[in-house]
Order: sequence, then structure tokens, then C-alpha cells
Amino acid sequence: MEIKSSNWVVKPVWILFKDLKSEMRNRYALNTIVMFALTTLTVVSFSIGGFSLNSRITSSLFWLVIFFSSMSGLAQVFVKEEESKTVNLLKLTASPGTVLVGKLLFNLVLLLVLEVVIVPLFIIWMNLSILNLPLFFAVLLLGSLGLVCSTTIIAAIISKSHIKGALLAVLSFPILLPLLIAGIDGTRLSLESHDFSAGFGDLGLLGSYVVVMFTASILLFDFVWNE
Amino acid sequence: MISLESKNLGKWFGPRKIFEEIDFSLPDKGSLVITGKNGSGKTTLLKILCGLIRPTQGQVLIRHDGKNLTTDESRNLFGLVMPDLELYAELTALENLSFLSRIRGVIPAPEDLKKIITRVGLEGRENDFVFSYSSGMKQRLKYAFALFHEPDILLLDEPTANLDDEGIELAEEIISLQKEKGVLIIATNRKEDFEYGDKILQLGS
Amino acid sequence: MFWKIVLLIWMSVVIVAIFLLPPPQLQLGEVSRIFFFHVPMAWVAVLAFLLSFIYSILYLREKDLIYDNRAKTAARLGLLFTVLATISGSIFAKAGWGSFWNWDPRETSIFILLLIYGAYFALRSAVDSEEKEASLSSVYAILAFLTVPFLVFVIPRVYQSLHPNDSVISSSLRLQMSPAILITFLASMIGFTGLFVWIFKLETRVNRLMDESKEG
Repeated sequence: MEIKSSNWVVKPVWILFKDLKSEMRNRYALNTIVMFALTTLTVVSFSIGGFSLNSRITSSLFWLVIFFSSMSGLAQVFVKEEESKTVNLLKLTASPGTVLVGKLLFNLVLLLVLEVVIVPLFIIWMNLSILNLPLFFAVLLLGSLGLVCSTTIIAAIISKSHIKGALLAVLSFPILLPLLIAGIDGTRLSLESHDFSAGFGDLGLLGSYVVVMFTASILLFDFVWNE
Repeated sequence: MISLESKNLGKWFGPRKIFEEIDFSLPDKGSLVITGKNGSGKTTLLKILCGLIRPTQGQVLIRHDGKNLTTDESRNLFGLVMPDLELYAELTALENLSFLSRIRGVIPAPEDLKKIITRVGLEGRENDFVFSYSSGMKQRLKYAFALFHEPDILLLDEPTANLDDEGIELAEEIISLQKEKGVLIIATNRKEDFEYGDKILQLGS
Repeated sequence: MFWKIVLLIWMSVVIVAIFLLPPPQLQLGEVSRIFFFHVPMAWVAVLAFLLSFIYSILYLREKDLIYDNRAKTAARLGLLFTVLATISGSIFAKAGWGSFWNWDPRETSIFILLLIYGAYFALRSAVDSEEKEASLSSVYAILAFLTVPFLVFVIPRVYQSLHPNDSVISSSLRLQMSPAILITFLASMIGFTGLFVWIFKLETRVNRLMDESKEG
């Protein structure tokens, strides 16, 4: 008996499940990314000690921790397939679009898990008082989406190079800059004011960034994947 | 009715020419043996035929009942066994087959999975992680992956690599079955394998 | 040959004119003349970025290495002019705002351009096969270009507040765009653009010849 699951919404989910299963067994990415975040956070928190910082600096530190931790782990989705010679399995069985969306989903889950660990710790250690929780989480969610959209296709690019390791941060930073700046600004606003509408500008920027980067990734991924 | 045609294929890696002007056409139930020294481009040619890498010049035409197929349409027609192609070591044999079938678009029935596992002689080991497999068992599992979706075009690179006598028998059986069903292409340097092809293509001569 | 001589004469006249024709700006004095070098350099840096983007798209569509060669050359010249614009801008900023670097929106933008070019060449040197290098760097150039509109919106939002009176230079210049200044400025823009086109053509030809000699 054959059940068709040709739907393009379902197939990426199988890739996500496969990667999650591998990740649970081997922890290629999660351990690195969480430990990296914890280390950075500890350093930041130690050096600040009892001082309370202004919201601009706090929100910058917050996004810096997230940025550098993601750089330490989000490339694994493609680098691992390339190194274990399993890339061709995916090429033989799935369309490029399916692969990209599946990998995007996995990176998103990874980043959200990281944030579940890191955000409460950041709030406690840095003694944060968030005045506007909805705005804080809206900015965090949209920012994470955008971060994942850009880093996933760049991860695919660097998996084809022979340096791999350090290249992700170098290539991602200029592309992520608008996202980071808008994210930092949005987070700062959520720390400073109760007014949700104050964050509309940044949310709009983050939202359109996600749309543009997702569309561009879908259109361009073919050229990276089949190279 | 499936057919495969290679038109004027050529591949360069940078300035280094691997091969050029490869022309052949295989009708349904046609078979071809590709042979040539190490580095003559046997594996590269197989990869080009199934769309894993792009040729520098020329094209591959896959026709189904006379209609040319796109890469997306022809993807599920190919079965491939190749030393370069590894299965997921951290998954079990069953998980590998099940996942790969799902992203092809088919949720496999347990009895079909059992059948293919038995066919390649891995029964009893199907729930072991692939990293615990010997290279011969991995080769058998590669056959299971290549055959599970009943491909019309089967590409085999060194079909008997790492196999014991029993495994070689299995490979031979698979090869003769495929010759009745669809297109078969084998890349090999073993003289014994040459008889499987209607035609022989010598690379790098 | 003919228009190279025209370009030589044009640029010589422009350089002399920059030092003689426009009156020195009131607050800044003679330093303000760097404006006539700085802005055209920055313009060429952006033009090169645009060209690199267009040739990257053409490469992905046509898969012809000629386009990749052009994209690479445009990026290399872009990097050169970005560095020149950054240095001249820094000197300008020292005179205008009292320090070499202020993270004002324009400085930030040019700095990001520098980062993009740097990343682009880091990627190019990290790939072994020629076609792979061409495809991957084309995709990267397109992604990088797509972030530009966001930067245009996002940078002023955040950095304007740091420099409420950053307009000493721009507003005074706008007010004082007398005919002499305007003509010199436009002539310099044309001159630098011509210079860029000339170097661009020369470089692509050299690259092509080098590729051909490698094959032959």
C-alpha cells in the first residue's frame, strides 16, 4: 500500500524530523551552540557584576550573544551532510526547495531551543525588567526567523567551501546587520516603554527582512545546492 | 517505456579535461558498461547522468514514452549505488530507508520495508545503527536504498565492491532482473562484469 | 585610445579646477575641497557594487564565466574605491566633526560596504573549483545587495539620534551650491565614472587573457 505525501509542506517536515533524530543522538550542533551562549553570557555577566546598564547596551549584548552562538552551530545542517557524504542522498531524493525549507525549520527549532535556555538566564543575570513583554517576544521571534533565513542559505554556501568553520560569521555579519540593528532597537524599546505601537517601525523592518530573505533563498538555493 | 540519451557530454574540472564528446543512447531494457582507468571519469559520468553534477557541455535526455523529462520529474526514476554515497550513520537501516522514501513522496508500508531488507540479506540487523555495519553490509543497504522505489534506471558504480560471495550473487541477480525491467548502467573495471552490458564504453582511451 | 586621452585631459583639468575654482567653504576652509574627491569615490564604490550585482545575476542565468569575471572585477574596484572613500571621508569628518570616525549614517553605510566586499573575497578564496566559486560568490553578491534597502531605512533610525547636528556639512553645502561648485562637482563625478569604466575594461581584459593563457 502506498500513501502519497508529495505535498511540499509535508516533505520538509520529514527532513526536520530526521535532523532532530540525528541531533538527539549525536548533538552535533545543540551542545556547541548552548555552551557557547552560556560561556559568552557568563563572561558578560561577570564583567558587569552589580552594575545596571542602560537599555541600549543591554539589548546590544543580548543580540550579540544570540548572533555569535548561532554562528557556532547553525552551519552544521549543511556542513554535516557534506562531511558525512550524505548530501547526494538528499539530492537524489528531494527537490532543492524541500531541502532548504527542511533545513530552515531545523535551524529555527535549534535557535528557539537556544533562546528558551538563554533568555531566562539573561533576564535573571542581567537583572532585566522588561516593560513590554509582547513587544520583546515579537521582536525576538521575527528576529530569529530572519536570522535563520539568512544563515541557512549562507550555511549552504560555506558547506561547499574548504574553510567552513570561521566563514559563517564573516559572511553572515554584513547580511544580518540590518536585522541586528532593528532587533537591538526593538528590544531596547521593549525595555523602555509600555507602548507596543512604538515598536511598529522595527517590527515592520524585521518582517519585510524575513520575507525578502526567504524569497531570495528559495530563488537562489538551486544555484548553491547543485554546484 | 524509458530511454536515456547522452548527447555530446563533456566535463572539465577547471582547466583539466576529464572527458568529452560522450555520445550514447540506451533504449528500454538497454544496458551499458562503462570502463576505464582510475581517474578516467567513470563516477563523474554516472553522477552527470543522474543529475548530481552538471556537465560542462552537452546534455542528458531522459524520455518517458517519448516525452522529455525535467530533473524534477526524472529524480525518482533513478536508483544509484556508489562508493561516494553514504547512508546516515546515526540512523538505523529501517530509519534510513523510511526517511528517504518519505522525502521521495511515499510513506512506506512496514511489510515493504521488511521485504527489501530481507532481499538484501540484512534481516535481523535492520534496527541497528548504520555506523555499526561492516562495509559489506553498508553496500547491501545501498542496494536496498537504490531498489526500494523500483527505479527504471539503475546506475551501479563498482557493484560488487566490499561484497562476499553471497553478496556478489545478490548483485548479479539484481543486475539480470534490472536488464529485463529498464535501463542499466554499470561502471566497473572487473572483466567478469563486462558481460552485463549490451555495449561497452571505454573512457580515457 | 582617443577617449583615454580625453579622460586624461578631463581629469587633469578637474583636479586643477577643484583647487582653484570653488571658493573655500566658510566653516571648513580649504579642507572642504576634499568633498570633490570624496563624493565621486563613494559614488563609484556604490556603482561598482551595483554592477557586481547585475553581473552576478547574469552569471547565474547564463553560466558564462565572462560575467563572473566582470562581477569579480567590479567588486575588486569597488573595494578599492570604498577604501579610498573611507579614508577621504575620515579626513573630511575630522575637519567637520572633530574626529576621524563618528558612526554617522554615511560612515556606517560605507563601512558595511567594506565588510561586504571583504566577505565576498573571503568566500572567493575559500572555494577550489572555478565554476563553484563563480556560482557561490554570485549568490552571495545578490544576497548582500538585497540588504541595502534595509540599511537605508534602518541606519538613520538608530544613528540619527546620536548625531542630532550632523548636518553641519550637508546643509551648508546644500545652501552654498553655487554654479562654480556645481560644475566642478559634476565634472569630477563624470571624470571618476569615466576612470572607473576605463580601469574596469582594462581589468576584465587582463583577466580574460590570463584565463586564456592558462587554458592554452
